[in-house]
Amino acid sequence: MPANPARQTTEVLSNTDFDHRDLDWYIDRGVQILVFLGGISAIVFILGIFIFITKEGLGFILEDFSFREFLFSPTWRPTSELKETYGILALVAGTASVTGLAMLVAIPFSLGTAIFIAEFVDGKTREYLKVTVELLAAIPSVVWGFIGLSIMNPLIIDVFDVPVGLNVLNAGIILGLMAAPIMTSIAEDALKAVPDRYREAAEAMGATHWQVIYKVVLPAAKNGLLGAVLLGVGRGFGETMAVLMATGHSINIPTSVFDSVRALTATIAAELGETAVGSPHYQALFTIGVFLFVITFCINLTADLIVRGIRKE
Amino acid sequence: MRKQLQISILMFAAGLVLTACGGGDQQRTIIQNKGSDTLVNVAQAWAEAYQRVDADVVVAVTGGGSGTGIAALINGTVDIANASREMKAKEIDQARAAGHDPVEHVVGYDALAVFLHADNPAVSLSIEQLAGIYGDGGEITRWTDIGLEVPGCKNQEIIVVSRQNNSGTYAYFREIVLGKTRDFRLGTRDMHGSKDVADLVEKTPCAIGYSGLAYTTDHTKLACIVNQGSACIEPSVATASDGSYPIARPLLMYTSGVPTGKVKQYLDWIMSDAGQCIIQDKGYAPVRGVTCS
Repeated sequence: MPANPARQTTEVLSNTDFDHRDLDWYIDRGVQILVFLGGISAIVFILGIFIFITKEGLGFILEDFSFREFLFSPTWRPTSELKETYGILALVAGTASVTGLAMLVAIPFSLGTAIFIAEFVDGKTREYLKVTVELLAAIPSVVWGFIGLSIMNPLIIDVFDVPVGLNVLNAGIILGLMAAPIMTSIAEDALKAVPDRYREAAEAMGATHWQVIYKVVLPAAKNGLLGAVLLGVGRGFGETMAVLMATGHSINIPTSVFDSVRALTATIAAELGETAVGSPHYQALFTIGVFLFVITFCINLTADLIVRGIRKE
Repeated sequence: MRKQLQISILMFAAGLVLTACGGGDQQRTIIQNKGSDTLVNVAQAWAEAYQRVDADVVVAVTGGGSGTGIAALINGTVDIANASREMKAKEIDQARAAGHDPVEHVVGYDALAVFLHADNPAVSLSIEQLAGIYGDGGEITRWTDIGLEVPGCKNQEIIVVSRQNNSGTYAYFREIVLGKTRDFRLGTRDMHGSKDVADLVEKTPCAIGYSGLAYTTDHTKLACIVNQGSACIEPSVATASDGSYPIARPLLMYTSGVPTGKVKQYLDWIMSDAGQCIIQDKGYAPVRGVTCS
């Protein structure tokens, strides 16, 4: 009866189901559970971290917190004998100015590299370039900070004739170079995702190589490229060590790129270690943590939605 | 990092000694000593040297900051707490409530020197001038405001270098220079460590900073300080010891009650010439003039 072999097999399997619970079956089940745990672990951790930092900062948010002072006062004086002031406006301005400048540095670099890798080179050269870009991402941030402190600082003083080289410019360049590799990778993926038939069609119309890229590939990949930029912004907001070392760590709303500033993350890093656990200062630092978490979460979510948007099309 | 490493090596060594002697000799005493990071290097040097004085006593030294040490004293987990500031009234109350009556021992002095770039022509600065430079709403923002012309300093703008706002050094400098009723100005460069202050001032012609005398480098200059029209006092171990230098703070050790037994012997040894020479050797001022080899 050769009519339905598939059905027959199913019957055989279901009849002998219990007999198949041998070692392999248990291994299969075990691995499934392990993979499932691994899969949800990221969600568990992120929720855990969010609950932890909110819990630590909650006392401050409920008691001493003044929304207006926190967001709109540039005065951060948590250990004042006169009156403790917890205003993060200057810190937000510091983080924003450094990140903004970093993007001005990183966008041309990463976009250029991505276009070159995706459109101009093939084979070995391409692989070498990709590996090199990824290597750049592996440099620890403290090393970047050290470069900012000991190489960029004297260089900026010499070149621009300014009193001190630890400023927005220094940190912006350092942070731009740090963010460029990840932006390059994402941007290159976005360019690769543009179907070849677009390019072929454009070439068939007589477009030059540059015209193909400029008129067809870049517009088609624009969501992915925007996503790459937003991920770079997220990286800039969250970066701590290099910013702590290169900005000059000075509470200041910058009016030029040669002003020293202080970043939100650097403030937490510099002050948390010696703060009495549970004090308003400690809780205020955790409230900054919550603030940063929410901002980077929004940026990454937007980036993700934008990138997802092009995949669906 | 290195400090932590040293501490852990010391603790490990102490543990090793203890296990080795665990069988027969039970007389070994452990003195727990914790607190100020300013004092931690000196405290370790004392602990090491004391091994050779009394082999039956092991002093376990941990850093973590003055507040940490005082908290441990209140909780009764240390024999001696190191502090670079005096205990606050609230902390003393807490300690008494927990049954520990803190007794203060001044074991040395730390002079806070005002650091200037090697090219800065300033010789002396008064406390009032420092308040004008560091204080909130201070008038002095350029070197020309106090009649100086610093070579290599663009616009003569003063680059004010300070410390992170929860360091003991920051609080002490604020108290002496600005008094209890004034804050530091915003926009100071807040360095995260005594050595970082010296390093930045060394590289920046416009800069002024403050840091422990122990962190003096060859390429910076120390201002001598005028206090209320007095003569100009150079920061030095001698002027810190005799109390004439105005920005010198006592380095303290706290015990629970008047010390007895091995702890008393250890503190007595710290106050002896041998102990005081060690603190001088580390760049801090001894409590009195001592002659060291």
